Amino acid sequence: MLKIPKKKKEIYFDHAATTYIDKKVLKIMEPYFMQEYGNPSSLYNKGRVTKKAIADSKKTIADLLHALPENIVFTSGGTESDNLAIFGIARFHEDKGKHIITTTIEHHAVSEPLAQLKKEGFEITYLSVDENGLVNPKELVKAIRKDTILISIMHANNEIGTIQPIEEIGREILKFRKKNKTNFPYFHTDACQSAGYIELDVEKMHVDLLTLNGGKIYGPKGIGILYLRRGVKIKPIMFGGDQMKKLRPGTENVPAIVGLAHAFELVQKNKEKEKTRLTRLSKYLWKEMEKNIPKIQLNGPELGSKERLPNNVNIVFSDIEGEALILYLDEFGIMCSTGSACTSSSLEPSHVLLAIGLPYEYAHGSLRFSLGHCNSKSDVDYMIKHLPKIVEQLREMSPVNLGVKKHAKYKK
Amino acid sequence: MQNTKNNMEKSVKKEKLKKTVDGRTQDGESWLYSEEVRDHFFNPRNFMRHGEEETFKFNGMGRAGSPACGDEMVIWIQVDKKTEKIKDVRWRTFGCGSAIASTSVLSEMLIRDGGLKIDDALKIKPQDIIETLGGLPDRKVHCSVLGDKAFQAAANDYFRNTGQHNRIVVSGAKVIDKKLNITDKDIEEAVLEGVSNLEELQKKLKVEKINKDSIPEIEELIKFYNEKYYGN
Repeated sequence: MLKIPKKKKEIYFDHAATTYIDKKVLKIMEPYFMQEYGNPSSLYNKGRVTKKAIADSKKTIADLLHALPENIVFTSGGTESDNLAIFGIARFHEDKGKHIITTTIEHHAVSEPLAQLKKEGFEITYLSVDENGLVNPKELVKAIRKDTILISIMHANNEIGTIQPIEEIGREILKFRKKNKTNFPYFHTDACQSAGYIELDVEKMHVDLLTLNGGKIYGPKGIGILYLRRGVKIKPIMFGGDQMKKLRPGTENVPAIVGLAHAFELVQKNKEKEKTRLTRLSKYLWKEMEKNIPKIQLNGPELGSKERLPNNVNIVFSDIEGEALILYLDEFGIMCSTGSACTSSSLEPSHVLLAIGLPYEYAHGSLRFSLGHCNSKSDVDYMIKHLPKIVEQLREMSPVNLGVKKHAKYKK
Repeated sequence: MQNTKNNMEKSVKKEKLKKTVDGRTQDGESWLYSEEVRDHFFNPRNFMRHGEEETFKFNGMGRAGSPACGDEMVIWIQVDKKTEKIKDVRWRTFGCGSAIASTSVLSEMLIRDGGLKIDDALKIKPQDIIETLGGLPDRKVHCSVLGDKAFQAAANDYFRNTGQHNRIVVSGAKVIDKKLNITDKDIEEAVLEGVSNLEELQKKLKVEKINKDSIPEIEELIKFYNEKYYGN
């Protein structure tokens, strides 16, 4: 049997799940916990200090997005921003139409609000994607109708790292609007996964609403933004005070807001260098895997291409199941994710892997490695030292031998 | 029979069951599963090693589940024809931690103390496997349900191999030939193992003569499953 090491390293390959906070970000947040704790709505100096901190943070973020500070709404994270965008548009504009377009590979923070709207009488069109997870902008245009009020397409996919041609999609939507002399449909994108690696210029992307959050870019968790183009009206989903022009009431989470702004600034500043470094590392990881483990397959676009996040490697290991792999890797201190059904409460494997055409039996055996700041070549080397043996052991225990035509041969 | 019950009770660790077992969702314990699951997962007992297929002697083999569903198990049993005790067992499992652990623990239960009698072994319920494992998270229970199903299929295979067609236990499948207890599941299994016509099926299931009335339906099913799995 495989020997489990007594002393294990800690290797984090799950940056798409969440990141640790950058020390510089934490330092900038610190004063707002105990010294500058004032409520930004208060009139005295302590309130004015935090009000200014929020204004400065908005400015920082708006500059990076090529937007205006008043276009920024702070929320509790990516999920809330997506919910606010979708319910906000749907409920404000439902008299204009009840049709929404999205893709089959969205994050649950988008697909679940849409499923709810469907129950409430909206019609949802799900665009299919190709084997790399890409949406065809021409297909999208064909799907737009007179009553389409919103299109929501994620910028980069969290599971297989596919980066959509958002600018091209945005241009096509714009063309449709001009041709039909309408403001609809509005265009929303969830950029949580791409914010650390790609320039997010809302003008170039032609998006009307954009989601991003702190917990994926080395900032704090529990904070996100929704960018809202000027003139785009939404109905709030929460009601209370006057904060965020009543679009998102509640006393602002000042330390997190300050932290998110700084984190976004840092990742955008270093994105080119980090992109180059992580692309090289992902390619190395895949090359070593291919060399050392038989019967594996890479999911999603080619590594290093402009269609793929530089930090994402998603691999199918035939004949074995993802959760069993994760449990073994955990014993070696290696952390990553799986698209297997065993980790979901629905007992269905990843909808993204199924959408790109992977059969169920393969989708169950997938692992996602998402690299980040702390990873180096030695982390990959450590994993390559152990993973082949783990895979071999689990395969020996498995009755499945895919790729062999009649897979069920046990008796002679 | 009485003996089986005692064995079972010995292995049940009731106090363990009072504790939450889904550490991740309940109290954030360090592991998702109980210590027993962990032990069987990392130190699986009696599984069929590479190469052993050639040498391991068995007279019953059964399968349950499919990789597309996320779990598949195969169990091989060696039954002493005189005493009807299970002398040895091997298994292979495709699935998550609890699926692997539950097959491993079942294999131990089957051959404990010189081996269970086949009729007693058939009384093992999913709940018995779960209790011996010190509990499983609710949503994982379906995995161990497969363990007893695979064993039942192996026992049926043994009955068939020894010409005891009347002892075949049929559950959750449609009986096509009442006299020989041939079900749609048997036909599906046989097709998966390469059967493509009636004669091959008879050979595979070791039956002499299939009732004339059930032949059309059986042939229909052979055709259906061949198309389903091999597209021909």
